[in-house]
Amino acid sequence: MPNFIDRRLNPKDKSLGNRQRFLKRAREELKRVIKERVKSGKIADVDAEHNVSMPARGVSEPSFQPDRHSGEKQYVLPGNREFAPGDRLPKKGGGGGARGAGAGTGKSEDDFQFVLSREEVLDLFFEDLELPDMVKLNLKESVAFKRRRAGFTASGSPTNINVGRTMRNSFGRRIALRRPSRREVEKLAGEIAKLEAAPGAQTKNKQRLEEMRQTLDKLERRRRRIAYVDPVDIRFNRFEPQPLPNASAVMFCLMDVSASMGEREKDLAKRFFVLLHLFLKRRYERIDIVFIRHTDEAGEVDENTFFYSKQSGGTIVSTALEEMLRVIRERYPAREWNIYAAQASDGENISGDSERCASLLQDELMRLCQYYAYVEIIDERETEIFGTTDNGTSLWRAYRTVDDEWPNFQMTRIAKPADIYPVFRKLFGKQQTVQLHK
Amino acid sequence: MPQGAASNLLFQGSDWNFETLARTYDAIEKIGIDELGLDVYPNQLEIISSEQMLDAYSSVGMPLMYQHWSFGKRFVFEDHLYRKGRRGLAYELVINSNPCITYLMEENTMAMQALVTAHAAFGHNHFFKNNYLFRQWTDASAILNYMDFAKKYIAKCEERHGTAAVESILDSAHALMDQGVFRYRRPPRLSSEKERERMRERLEYEEQTYSDLWRTLPPSSENSDPSEVERDVTERKKALNLPEENLLYFLEKTSLILEPWQREILRIVRVIAQYFYPQRQTKVMNEGCATYVHYTIMNRLFDRGQISEGAMLEILQSHTNVVFQPAFDDPRFPGLNPYALGFAMMQEIERICVDPTPEDRDWFPEIAGTGNWRETLLDAWANHRDESFVLQYLSPSLIRKFRLFLLTDEADDNYCEVASIHNERGYEAIRTALARSYDIGANQPDIQVMDVDLLGDRHLRLQHNVKNGVLLDEDSRDDTLRHVRHLWGYDVSIAGVDSETGETLYECTTADLSGE
Repeated sequence: MPNFIDRRLNPKDKSLGNRQRFLKRAREELKRVIKERVKSGKIADVDAEHNVSMPARGVSEPSFQPDRHSGEKQYVLPGNREFAPGDRLPKKGGGGGARGAGAGTGKSEDDFQFVLSREEVLDLFFEDLELPDMVKLNLKESVAFKRRRAGFTASGSPTNINVGRTMRNSFGRRIALRRPSRREVEKLAGEIAKLEAAPGAQTKNKQRLEEMRQTLDKLERRRRRIAYVDPVDIRFNRFEPQPLPNASAVMFCLMDVSASMGEREKDLAKRFFVLLHLFLKRRYERIDIVFIRHTDEAGEVDENTFFYSKQSGGTIVSTALEEMLRVIRERYPAREWNIYAAQASDGENISGDSERCASLLQDELMRLCQYYAYVEIIDERETEIFGTTDNGTSLWRAYRTVDDEWPNFQMTRIAKPADIYPVFRKLFGKQQTVQLHK
Repeated sequence: MPQGAASNLLFQGSDWNFETLARTYDAIEKIGIDELGLDVYPNQLEIISSEQMLDAYSSVGMPLMYQHWSFGKRFVFEDHLYRKGRRGLAYELVINSNPCITYLMEENTMAMQALVTAHAAFGHNHFFKNNYLFRQWTDASAILNYMDFAKKYIAKCEERHGTAAVESILDSAHALMDQGVFRYRRPPRLSSEKERERMRERLEYEEQTYSDLWRTLPPSSENSDPSEVERDVTERKKALNLPEENLLYFLEKTSLILEPWQREILRIVRVIAQYFYPQRQTKVMNEGCATYVHYTIMNRLFDRGQISEGAMLEILQSHTNVVFQPAFDDPRFPGLNPYALGFAMMQEIERICVDPTPEDRDWFPEIAGTGNWRETLLDAWANHRDESFVLQYLSPSLIRKFRLFLLTDEADDNYCEVASIHNERGYEAIRTALARSYDIGANQPDIQVMDVDLLGDRHLRLQHNVKNGVLLDEDSRDDTLRHVRHLWGYDVSIAGVDSETGETLYECTTADLSGE
């Protein structure tokens, strides 16, 4: 007699602690990966499902392993059908070792992937932006919903009954429970009637008739007991709310790429643009991004060139505004498009040009734009000096005048990732009032 | 015989309860002991749920295990595959301990429980108790106690030194697990609970009474003996017992930077690695033995009318799944299936003993036609590991049945060459090559501690004896080397030396690695 022990009631999740430890470790790694992606990937990529593979530093378990692509090896394999000694088989994948051959012995366990949902990516992305949770929620939240078909459900309102599905269920149930069909009953009844009608047969077939009547009776009782359509058969169409973005928007990214905009400045600008894009994506079905960079002349470029090319030269900010105006006139009529613009600069400008910028905004652009944000990227040491005052570069001072006049204009100085948020809070405030106006 | 039952059947239908489990166990035991001559540890059968099963085999199958994130990683991984339906759960898990613990899953049908009982509680159990490797290298009666100690000890370390500190030592120790076993000499037995307790108390006492002032004492005359400083390399190596194949052991004993508790953790990891070492050397035999035992017992039960045709059909179906061997070009091909190979070889042994062909008489003169299949099998189970078992018992008819062929693969060639196939000329070569592929000693990188200058720069030199030109995978090698450095505290280098020509193929030292 063996010793039986019932362990089912023991606490399960013995490895819960281990899993938590693992996830904590993985999280660090994911954060690093996300950061990398923001840095090197496209702005629009941040807001998507992500596959993050994890053979990464933090969670790998290295050990001394033989290199699969070196030396001489022998394999014994089963299932030879056609080979004779001396046959030569090409290796697949260009010297990647014969597949099949020893393919089971490799370690592939490490390469498993995490698929992060949008929300998880955003959480990780926002983590060092120090947005309060309220804002995070707001960003993730979709505004309007459309109801979309999403399968069937066993409960719902009568208007949503799906007849086809219901009848299919009922049919299946009737077959399973062997509900006598009408034809069966009618046939039997017909036979009885025929027997009864036969002259003088009454006595001859009495017993048979009696049996048939009983069967008929049984059949009918069975039909009554097994309903044609039972409540359990009924299926309802199920609807699921689907977020519904409402129109289209275009987002202009203007950036000064003169020599003073270094790696750090561009990274900050990029993070700001990413955030703006994320936000706009919640509200608009279609969103275009236009990248305009300028030195002493401006041009529309693709994203890669925008962030990574090393063009340099003097600085005339107004060229960028003119370029923007040109693009709007050509492609984005303000009647159909919600226009947003964000400008990142270190504030340096050729003398006299700042006033021109201000007037360009005052006279033309601000009327076309939903919102215009100016972000001045400054040195961290400068925050203490300029943080609160109106003093600063000529551009800053010129923009102050625009700021006073237009409620949909915002300007801020940022020096580190955490500063990006205040700009955004303003953006949100504005957004709400703009929406009220509509 | 079940008493009081109208039919002879042990169980009907698929539901099980403890009564049927016990009745079936007794019937299985009768056949296992009386007819197959098995010799087993007392059995302890534990019923668990599928989640607990996942838990159990994410912590390398031990009922007691310390906490580490890598087990969580394994759980997430297994769980992922299981939920996606890409992998089924094992039906059983068995632990080499005395009493022998077998897990039965509550979801199994009664037929499966019977199968698992025969497979694990008799097949594996017999193998654990009788195979020479397990007898020599593992201590079934002490392991559970030891694991209990290990778990508590590591938890205590985490409490005292912080999870991160313990984790970093464990990470490094895990990286060296494969290099943490004694392959040739017998490891010391696990000391008894009492002894360990005493040692620990002593350590704690030393820690508590440690005074930094003692360090400032002038060195004793013994230590400053000039002859020691001038010792030449050979003597130094001799003193340190170099070369040493057990890296973890060497670090535990010699590393200058480890604190006592860190050494104890290395020791724990080493003991566990050693405990599992025989299992890695006997995969084919162990699974083959268990499969052979369950197949034989279940068929006997069926012949005696003790299980119904329906149950037998279910049992045969899972049996067939277990011993399924897809061909090498099949997309499902995962390598040679140890269950299939082991089981087929053991059936062959039975056939050769009872009903040999002339060919078998040529190849196996000692056993062919003796009719002693039971003794032959018991002897093979007790005295072989995979390598020697294949070398001794793989028969030509089985090579033909599996249609085995031998492929040679040279790295700089774009083609693999078929060296031998299942014909007269190929049998020997295939058998030898297959046997060698199960020799862990030959297939795992042979890495040894060669030299260290303890009084100089303390640079630790490892040597990788390169066989057949198979180098180490560079990324994992560098990462692992960083772990060695972490435990050693000073620079570590590894040199690959061709074991035939003695030529140095590569050299790598942690001083050149970035990220340290």
